[in-house]
Amino acid sequence: MSLNIIVLAKQVPDTRNVGKDAMKEDGTINRAALPAIFNPEDLNALEQALRLKDANPGSTITLLTMGLPRASEIIREAIYRGADTGIVLTDRALGGADTLATSYSLAQAVKKFGNYDIILGGRQAIDGDTAQVGPQIAEKLGLPQVTYAEEILELKDGHVVVKRRLESGVETVKAPLPCVVTVNGSAAECRPRNARRVQKYKYAVSPSEKEKLSDDMKAIVDARPYLNLQEWSAAYVDADPQQIGLAGSPTKVKAIENVVFTAKESLTLDNDDAQIEELVKELIANHTIG
Amino acid sequence: MTDNNNLIVYCEYEDGKVADVSLELLTKGRVLADKLGVKLEALVIGDKLDKIEETLYPYGVDTVYKVEDARLYPYTSNPHASVLINLFKEIKPQICLMGATCIGRDLGPRVSSCLHSGLTADCTALEIGDHKDPKTGKEYTDLLYQIRPAFGGNIVATIVNPDCRPQMATVREGVMKKEIKDPAYKGEAINLDASKYVSPEDFVVEIIDRHIEKSKVNIKNSPIIVAGGYGMGSKEGFDLLFELANTLGGEVGASRAAVDAGFAEHGRQIGQTGVTVRPKLYIACGISGQIQHIAGMQESSIIISINNDPNAPINTIADYVITGNVEDIVPKLIKYYKKNSK
Ligand SMILES: Cc1cc2nc3c(=O)[nH]c(=O)nc-3n(C[C@H](O)[C@H](O)[C@H](O)COP(=O)(O)OP(=O)(O)OC[C@H]3O[C@@H](n4cnc5c(N)ncnc54)[C@H](O)[C@@H]3O)c2cc1C
Ligand SMILES: Cc1cc2nc3c(=O)[nH]c(=O)nc-3n(C[C@H](O)[C@H](O)[C@H](O)COP(=O)(O)OP(=O)(O)OC[C@H]3O[C@@H](n4cnc5c(N)ncnc54)[C@H](O)[C@@H]3O)c2cc1C
Repeated sequence: MSLNIIVLAKQVPDTRNVGKDAMKEDGTINRAALPAIFNPEDLNALEQALRLKDANPGSTITLLTMGLPRASEIIREAIYRGADTGIVLTDRALGGADTLATSYSLAQAVKKFGNYDIILGGRQAIDGDTAQVGPQIAEKLGLPQVTYAEEILELKDGHVVVKRRLESGVETVKAPLPCVVTVNGSAAECRPRNARRVQKYKYAVSPSEKEKLSDDMKAIVDARPYLNLQEWSAAYVDADPQQIGLAGSPTKVKAIENVVFTAKESLTLDNDDAQIEELVKELIANHTIG
Repeated sequence: MTDNNNLIVYCEYEDGKVADVSLELLTKGRVLADKLGVKLEALVIGDKLDKIEETLYPYGVDTVYKVEDARLYPYTSNPHASVLINLFKEIKPQICLMGATCIGRDLGPRVSSCLHSGLTADCTALEIGDHKDPKTGKEYTDLLYQIRPAFGGNIVATIVNPDCRPQMATVREGVMKKEIKDPAYKGEAINLDASKYVSPEDFVVEIIDRHIEKSKVNIKNSPIIVAGGYGMGSKEGFDLLFELANTLGGEVGASRAAVDAGFAEHGRQIGQTGVTVRPKLYIACGISGQIQHIAGMQESSIIISINNDPNAPINTIADYVITGNVEDIVPKLIKYYKKNSK
C-alpha cells in the first residue's frame, strides 16, 4: 500500500548553543546570531516517515513547514535524507502567531493538501518549547492524536500501532488512520543525507528562491518538476485573517526578560582537609545535615 | 449549571492516588482563587474514584467534579478532552490549570484548540495582575500572568490571555509547593454522568499494552541532593556520589549531560527538562551549571559546588565553592561527616 505522509517540521534557532551575542541589549533574542536548524525532534519524525516509506514502496513524504521563506532550507535537508517534496507556508500575515494560530494555519494547509494517510510531527520545538502544535492540529482536523511516540510498530488495515514513551513507562496504542503522531527525541535518529539525492536535489528551490536564479538556472529548474518546491500563502489555504498571526492568537507576550541568576556571595574553599572538615562541622551544627 | 468563573484544576489520578503535580496546583490554585475572590474547583476523571474528594478538600477545594466510568481509565486523549470541553462550556471557569506531564501536555492543547482559549506551557510562576493592551489601550484587571521560560531557558516570558476564557496553563511537577490548607476544610462533591460528556466515537484510540514503572527514585522530596554532572567521568564515578548520599541520608541527582552519557538514569535528571528540586542542601559535583540545569535547582537553600574549574558558572549561585577534583573532595566529605556526626 502506498501512503501519503505529511511531516510537519519547523526551522528553529539553535537554542542549545546560545552564546553571549545571542541576546540584544534590550533583552530580546538576536535571532540573527543563532544558526537556523531543523528542529531536532522533527528529524526523529522524518525518520519514522522514511521507515513507513521503506515498508510501503511508492509512498510519498511531503514536508510542511510554516515560517520565513528561508524555511525551504529544511525542506531540501529532508529531501536529501529521503523525503519527496515540500511546502513552505509563508506570509507576513502569519507572523506573531501563538500555537493556536500556528496550528490553525497549518491545519488549513493540510486541508488544502487534501489526501493524506498520516501526519507526523516532532513532540516539541526547541524555541517555543510548548509541544502544543501537534495535538492542536489534530483537534482542528478532527483527528485522533498519538503523542510522545517512540516507534511506529505497525501500519496496516487502516490503523497504526505506536509505542509511546511516557514519564512513567511505556504504552502501546492502536489508532485509526488518518491520525496525527508526534515523535519524541528518544526515537531512532534520522538517517544521514544520501549523496546521490544531494546531487539530484541541490537545486530544488521555492518560487521565491527561483526568482533570484540566473536565466540558465531557471530554465534547468523549469525543465525538472521535481526541483520545484511550493510556497503557499495564507489566502491560498483559505485562512480566515482573524484566526492567523497576532490577531488570531489568544495568548499575548506581555514581557520578556533575559534570564540572569542573582549571584550569591560564596565562600571559596580549596581542596584542603582542614577547610573541608570545618565546612562539614558547620553544616552539622546548623542541622543542614545529620 | 451556570457560569461560575471559578478556577479549576484538572487532577491526574493513577492507582488510587492523585498526582503530586495536581496537589501542587491545588495549593497554588487556592492562593490565586483567594486573590480573585472565587472558588477553587477540582476535576477528576477516571475509574474507581471512591472518596477521592476527601483527599482533595484539605487543599482548600470547594467543589470536586467527579466523572467516573471504567472507559475513562487509563487516560486517552479524546474522551478526557470531551469531558473538559463540554464541562467548561457549562461552567465557564476563568482559569484552568493542569500538570505539564505527558497527560497534561496531550490534553491541554486539544481542549484549548476546541475552546479557542490560549494555553501557556510549562509555567514556572503564576500571578494575578492587570494589563493594558499596548495597541488598543484597553485595560484588563485581574488577569493570570503566566510566566514561563522559553528559548531553551535563556529568556523568561510573561504571557497573558486577555480575551479568551478559560485562561489555561500547564506547570511542571515540583515547581509549585504542595501544602494542606486546612485538614478540616469541606467542599462539595458533584458526580457527573460520563455519558453526557463523552460520546462513543471518542473511544477511537485503544491501549493495547501498558507498562507503568513506579519511579524508584524520589529526588523531588529529598532534603539533601548530591548531584553529579559530566565531570564525574563515568558510571563508576557516580558510585562515589551514592556513597556520599547514603552517608548523608540524601538522594543522587544528575545533569542531563550525565544522563545522556549513561552515568545515571533519566529519573534522576534535574533541570528544565527533568525535575525541579528545592532541597535544604544541594551538592553539585562536576556540574558546570548551564542555565537549563540551574532552572531546576536554584531555589535550594544551600548550594555547594565542587568543580575543578574555579570559573564554572554554577559557582556564582553557590554558597560554598570547593575548587578541586571530585574524586579527591567527595571522599573527604564522607570521611569528615563520619568523623563528626554521632
Ligand atoms: C518566549 C515565547 C513563549 C511562548 N509561549 C507560548 C505559549 O505558552 N503558548 C502558546 O500558545 N504559544 C507560545 N509561544 C508561541 C509559539 O512558540 C509559536 O506559536 C510557535 O510557532 C509554535 O509553538 P512551538 O514552537 O512551541 O511548537 P511546538 O508545539 O513545541 O511544536 C511541536 C511540533 O509541531 C510542529 N510545528 C510547530 N510549529 C511548526 C511550524 N511553524 N511549521 C511546521 N510544523 C510546526 C513540529 O512538528 C513541532 O515539532 C511563545 C513564543 C515565544 C517566543
Ligand atoms: C532544551 C534543553 C533542555 C535542557 N534541559 C536540561 C536539564 O533539564 N538538566 C540539565 O542538567 N541540563 C539540561 N540541558 C543541558 C545543559 O544545557 C547542559 O548541557 C548540561 O546541564 C551540562 O551538564 P554538565 O554540567 O554535567 O556537563 P558539562 O557542562 O560538561 O560540565 C562538566 C563540569 O565538570 C567539571 N569537571 C570535569 N572534571 C571534573 C573533576 N574531575 N572534578 C571536578 N569537576 C570536574 C568541569 O569543569 C565542568 O564544569 C538542556 C539543554 C537544552 C538545549
